[in-house]
Amino acid sequence: MKKEKKMTLTLPVEEYAGSGNLACQGCGAGLAMRYFLKAMGPRTVLCIPACCWAVIDGPYPHSSLSVPIYHCAFEAAASTATGVKAGLEMVGDDKTTVVAWAGDGGTFDIGLQALSGAAERNDDILYVCYDNEAYMNTGIQRSSATPYGAWTTTTPVKFFKNQPKKDINAIMAAHRIPYQATASISYPEDLFKKAKKAKGVKGTRFLHIYAPCPTGWKSRPEDAVKLGRMVIQNCIFPLYEIEYGEKYTLNIKVKDKKPINDYLKLQGRFRHLKPDDIQIMQEEVDRNWARLLKKCEAS
Amino acid sequence: MKKVMMGNHALSYGAMLSRAQVIAAYPITPQTQVVELLSEMCADKTLNAKFIKVESEHSAMAACIGASITGARTFTATSAQGLALMHELLHWASGGRLPVVMGNINRSMAPGWSIWTDQNDSLSERDTGWMQFYCASNQEVLDTVIQAFKVSETLAIPSMVILDAFTLSHTYEVVDIPDKAKVDEYLPPFKPPYRLTPDDPHAFNGLTSPEHYFELRYKLQKDMEKVPALIEETGREYEKLFGRYLGLVDDYLCDDAEIILVTSGTAGYTARVAVDELRGSGVKAGNLRMKVFRPFPFEVVQRILKRAKKVAVVDRNISYGHHGIFAQEVKSALYGQAGDIPVFGFIAGLGGRDITPASFREVVDYTLSHDIPEDNILWIGVKK
Amino acid sequence: MPKKKDAKKIVFQSADEMPMMPMSIGSMLYNKTGSWRNIRPEIRLEDCIQCGICWKFCPDMSIGIENELPVVDYDYCKGCGICAEECPVKCIVMVEERK
Ligand SMILES: Cc1ncc(C[n+]2csc(CCOP(=O)(O)OP(=O)(O)O)c2C)c(N)n1
Ligand code: SF4
Ligand code: SF4
Ligand SMILES: [Mg+2]
Repeated sequence: MKKEKKMTLTLPVEEYAGSGNLACQGCGAGLAMRYFLKAMGPRTVLCIPACCWAVIDGPYPHSSLSVPIYHCAFEAAASTATGVKAGLEMVGDDKTTVVAWAGDGGTFDIGLQALSGAAERNDDILYVCYDNEAYMNTGIQRSSATPYGAWTTTTPVKFFKNQPKKDINAIMAAHRIPYQATASISYPEDLFKKAKKAKGVKGTRFLHIYAPCPTGWKSRPEDAVKLGRMVIQNCIFPLYEIEYGEKYTLNIKVKDKKPINDYLKLQGRFRHLKPDDIQIMQEEVDRNWARLLKKCEAS
Repeated sequence: MKKVMMGNHALSYGAMLSRAQVIAAYPITPQTQVVELLSEMCADKTLNAKFIKVESEHSAMAACIGASITGARTFTATSAQGLALMHELLHWASGGRLPVVMGNINRSMAPGWSIWTDQNDSLSERDTGWMQFYCASNQEVLDTVIQAFKVSETLAIPSMVILDAFTLSHTYEVVDIPDKAKVDEYLPPFKPPYRLTPDDPHAFNGLTSPEHYFELRYKLQKDMEKVPALIEETGREYEKLFGRYLGLVDDYLCDDAEIILVTSGTAGYTARVAVDELRGSGVKAGNLRMKVFRPFPFEVVQRILKRAKKVAVVDRNISYGHHGIFAQEVKSALYGQAGDIPVFGFIAGLGGRDITPASFREVVDYTLSHDIPEDNILWIGVKK
Repeated sequence: MPKKKDAKKIVFQSADEMPMMPMSIGSMLYNKTGSWRNIRPEIRLEDCIQCGICWKFCPDMSIGIENELPVVDYDYCKGCGICAEECPVKCIVMVEERK
């Protein structure tokens, strides 16, 4: 069969993430890496702490990525990256982008001190957090990125998570870093653009990527991209950028904000929730959204 | 050039002469002067290095690891609580085969807070796969840093250069500063076979199944076993260039000694006062100062101690529920050797309590008046 | 990166063969993740509008482009179903894998 038209490709064809990796079916973290590396290109090194990606890449002595990786201690993604950057410069390489690539646990929780230290020093690293909202590598335990209401193995349905998700972007903004942005695997062109932009900035940059996890969320693998789209449309995870902690830019101005119900329904981790619980979640989303709009308007 | 300097500054000079390229450190008493002088050296370009002022010792070691894997020569210094905070990362450095060199000032572990010397901080890291050098003079500190880089980089094993809090770290001594060009001759630039670079992409430290992990550890041990010979070789090379031999141990009047006092750190020099006194009163005494503790220099320790009738080990440390750590190790070295030499294990000077010539007199009196020790631990100076 | 067909799992037979550093020396292409699949995507190319969306969203780099059309690489496709779900004209169907 032959068609007259050309395929429409909205991203470069070059791949730096390879097949045969160990990600689950429909893993959002896998997609996040794929898009991110398309933007970064080959002159990139990754520091990856303990997280699903420490496994996804493949066991010794194999790797599925064509860029180099330094697997480091769970709590040390940012500090390791800082050292890598200093080392590369001392051996005469100031072209390579040094990336810390960590999960939400490695970012919001155990790695937060190192991240804050690097951000305060404005070390020249690009820190990426792919957020699947729990400790997936160790079997779905809560993290401080787990949203209110969610089941995890440490927040059983009777005692589901009772605290809202930590606002990591506000924490990073408080460090006045030159560039930070949120992104979702379901908006790859936006993710690509932000990664490119981050690559071009000097100092500490922070990307927070929404990465659905079918295994941990008890959702269907085929829904991963759908879920990543819904969180933008229901404003659970808005797409925005912050420069120097002050200048907020909203990338998708949602007009017709969807209720969160449809999103929750697709995930087993929320199945136990009663209408009242959902109401609490909805109100939290509404408040966060209103607050973000205000910040965007103010800048 | 000769200069009067404190032990901490001898560490800084050692790192500077070795041309460390990345330094990441966090202040802790009694280590602070090491990093203060190094920051000055970086600022006034005496040393061309990046100094990362991290927010913790944990990040200091993580940054050193990150820098080392890129092929940069890397140095840090810490003490006690800071070293303990680094613990996980010490394994990352050695298991990842990164030749980081670190100064550690021996300070007692809290609680209660103590800034004074004993060896429990570094000896708690005994099994992390780092080499450990215990120094007894500021000159030795400076020289050993340079040698440590050479040995570390040759075998891809990190090193700890260790000195006593205050009795060495803050004590001023005359130190001969080797000529920079000659140090360059001794210690060529760091050129590891593999490094983290997009020019030759590898994933380091990936998930390692039982199929391969064992062999990686076997290789580390095999390389550790090469260290003693390499220390002797690089020590002789150092002697040729700078006139000072840097060996595994430092033995004093051991050749014909019937009783040998085994020590480490600055206590070694105090022991020699006691040895001289004993010799004066006709007792053939000697002192074996252990310089390298990891890897344990079995061969020389056996060779020297097996000539003695009695061995007394003075430990400024304790393995709770066992006994002094050097005593344990000396006993294990002598196990199966001819003669069944009794080893007397003394513990002294924990938490910075002074170890004086009188302490050694007590050690000697006990050892001379007993055929075998009545206890595994003989306490010196404790208010029982 | 090695070519797909000669991708082999590396198992060292002795410590001497192993590089001193714990590091990768081969790709993951030996790991044919196609065997994980319970359902397989089949693309009805006659209906394909060449939008590139399946290619874009495949998490496993398992949709290639040949002659301006998507082709599934069944050696690695894990059968997640994202391509079928996201195809705007529904020309990809997931069918039971014959085992
Ligand atoms: C110091 C330390 N504590 C605990 C662990 C165990 N551990 C490994 S990965 C992980 C969770 C990772 O969660 P996250 O960062 O969200 O990444 P994900 O697995 O979800 O991709 C934990 C707890 C560890 N490796 N190191
Ligand atoms: S557990 Fe979740 S994040 Fe981890 S590999 Fe599987 S799908 Fe991806
Ligand atoms: S089913 Fe999933 S893995 Fe297979 S081609 Fe489609 S998107 Fe890719
Ligand atoms: Mg996670």
